[in-house]
Amino acid sequence: MDNVIEVSNLIKNFDVSKGFFSRNKTVVKAVDGISFSIPKGESLGLVGQSGCGKTTTARALCLLDPKTSGDVKFYNPEADEMQNLDDLSEEQVKQFRRNTQMIFQDPYESLNPRWTIKDIILEPLNIHNIGSLENRTEAVIEILKTVGLTPPQNYLPRYPHELSGGQRQRVSIARSLIMNPKFVICDEPTSMLDVSIRISIMDLMLDLAKDLQVSYLYITHDLAVARYMCNRIAVMFNGKIVEIAKTEDLLSNPIHPYTKRLISSIPVPDPKYTREKYNIDFTELDKIIADNTENLPMVDVGDEHYVATHDVKDLLI
Amino acid sequence: MHYETLEGNVMAVNNVTFSVKEGESFGLVGESGCGKSSVASTLLQLQSDNAVISSGSIKLDNQELVGMSESDLRKVRWNDISIVFQGAMNAWNPVIKIGEQIREAIREHHPANTKKENTEKISELFKIVGLDDSIMDRYPHELSGGMKQRAVIALALSCDPKIVIADEPTTALDVVIQDQILKEIKKVQELLGLSLIYISHDIAVIAEMTDNMAVMYAGSIVEKGPTSSIFSNPKHAYTKLLLESTPSVVGEKKKLRALDGEPPSLINGLDGCAFSPRCPDPSDDCAKGNLNMELIQIEEGHWADQCCVNCG
Repeated sequence: MDNVIEVSNLIKNFDVSKGFFSRNKTVVKAVDGISFSIPKGESLGLVGQSGCGKTTTARALCLLDPKTSGDVKFYNPEADEMQNLDDLSEEQVKQFRRNTQMIFQDPYESLNPRWTIKDIILEPLNIHNIGSLENRTEAVIEILKTVGLTPPQNYLPRYPHELSGGQRQRVSIARSLIMNPKFVICDEPTSMLDVSIRISIMDLMLDLAKDLQVSYLYITHDLAVARYMCNRIAVMFNGKIVEIAKTEDLLSNPIHPYTKRLISSIPVPDPKYTREKYNIDFTELDKIIADNTENLPMVDVGDEHYVATHDVKDLLI
Repeated sequence: MHYETLEGNVMAVNNVTFSVKEGESFGLVGESGCGKSSVASTLLQLQSDNAVISSGSIKLDNQELVGMSESDLRKVRWNDISIVFQGAMNAWNPVIKIGEQIREAIREHHPANTKKENTEKISELFKIVGLDDSIMDRYPHELSGGMKQRAVIALALSCDPKIVIADEPTTALDVVIQDQILKEIKKVQELLGLSLIYISHDIAVIAEMTDNMAVMYAGSIVEKGPTSSIFSNPKHAYTKLLLESTPSVVGEKKKLRALDGEPPSLINGLDGCAFSPRCPDPSDDCAKGNLNMELIQIEEGHWADQCCVNCG
């Protein structure tokens, strides 16, 4: 199957050297050699604790921050081929931006408070100069209907502060989908929302993925949400992917101790359910992950289930 | 309890009745704005200035808290009942060491204690919540979110209260830290025989933490009873929807149900069933607002709003 994006050995370091003239460079390896690919129409969940590099990965993939090294290839439907992000012409960068969109975590901060909903959704069309002026307004009305903000005329002249959190997140989704992207990076789009509206936003995103053939890279710290949204899940720890597998396979048969720990920390909405609780020695795991400098390839344990190779068997407490 | 505002009275807490036994953990669950935190602040009589308790009583060991004088309340707070506020870990004073801030609370209630006794007490508390003694001499910015939250729990325990109210103590933390803190709270509760009132919007956390629970909607309790019986046999339509809208990592992957609409405005109160506009299957009586909200018992200790019990 064709992929929408192929990432190999992506590295993003942040320079945290003290002082302008300092000779010793200190870097934080926020994303340390991760590789994955997402087939067309499928979604990959990127899960891990806060600070493990999920958002940094997303920003590097969107060209919001320059990556340090690594190859990112994306499928450009306008040229119908895989293109490497490093050797794009100016026009191709624009095409990349049209086809890759991002939905942010906080719907309160990612919409300009001084713009109307119409302006917000219209902006990408204006920037990329798509269609005539009347067609653009029609497109905005159409997309508002798609994301369930009806009747659209009521929403066009409103400002973000007049909408609820769920409605705002729908506006964010509309803004990213109006470009008809094939790949959308979602950075915890539902974590700021109330339980009751979370599911409707998640369902909306799933329906849109099916109807419009969009692939998601879905970033979350909640495995239960990732399970609902994604075909495959990658578990990230300290800038590295430690395990990647099909969703149900990962949950029923986790191999890496960190994955086991993560799964056992998700509360289960059933008071009768008891399970084995895992605990691991995080300082030891930190050390092992940090020592693994040569980035050993992950091993396939069958059925596209990959696990990082380092000796972590006796970490479980 | 209601809040007086310029636009009218917001009936934030209506006719909420529950009791918590010694050593029991009680959960309060509901979406944002349903009145959970208003209940918490009322229990300690810490509600804001525009809040008015129109009727009802709060009894702690047969001691009436409503209408008690401020100086008496100061004795009850922390000695008998303490609270871990939502986002309390960000409420540490940034220029005072953690240990000193906890010592301050103890000093207020037990002025006779020596500094050495207080330090020993804090060291004991830190052991319970899994912190190192050296944390006492640290400033809040030197600690991670999880450590600050542990220290808040130690602070809540500093005067040996009988009841601890935990108002969303893990909301700002990530899953692994949340899991550790929940374990810590559970351990502390069993160790010290505390009563715990656990407030959360996450029904999965309530399932793990509590013996009994109540579901709140629009300022009222719509269902209450033993946690296991509510999960196995939910009666109220809102409880059912809450359960069906919570994703899980275990069991069959199932389609989740979304809850459409928004909770009603509580300004000037409500007539009839507050949930009927969002109810997937309201009866005629219910939709017309003929039935007022009232809990009826359906089985031993398990109560639900009459509206939904009648619907079947």
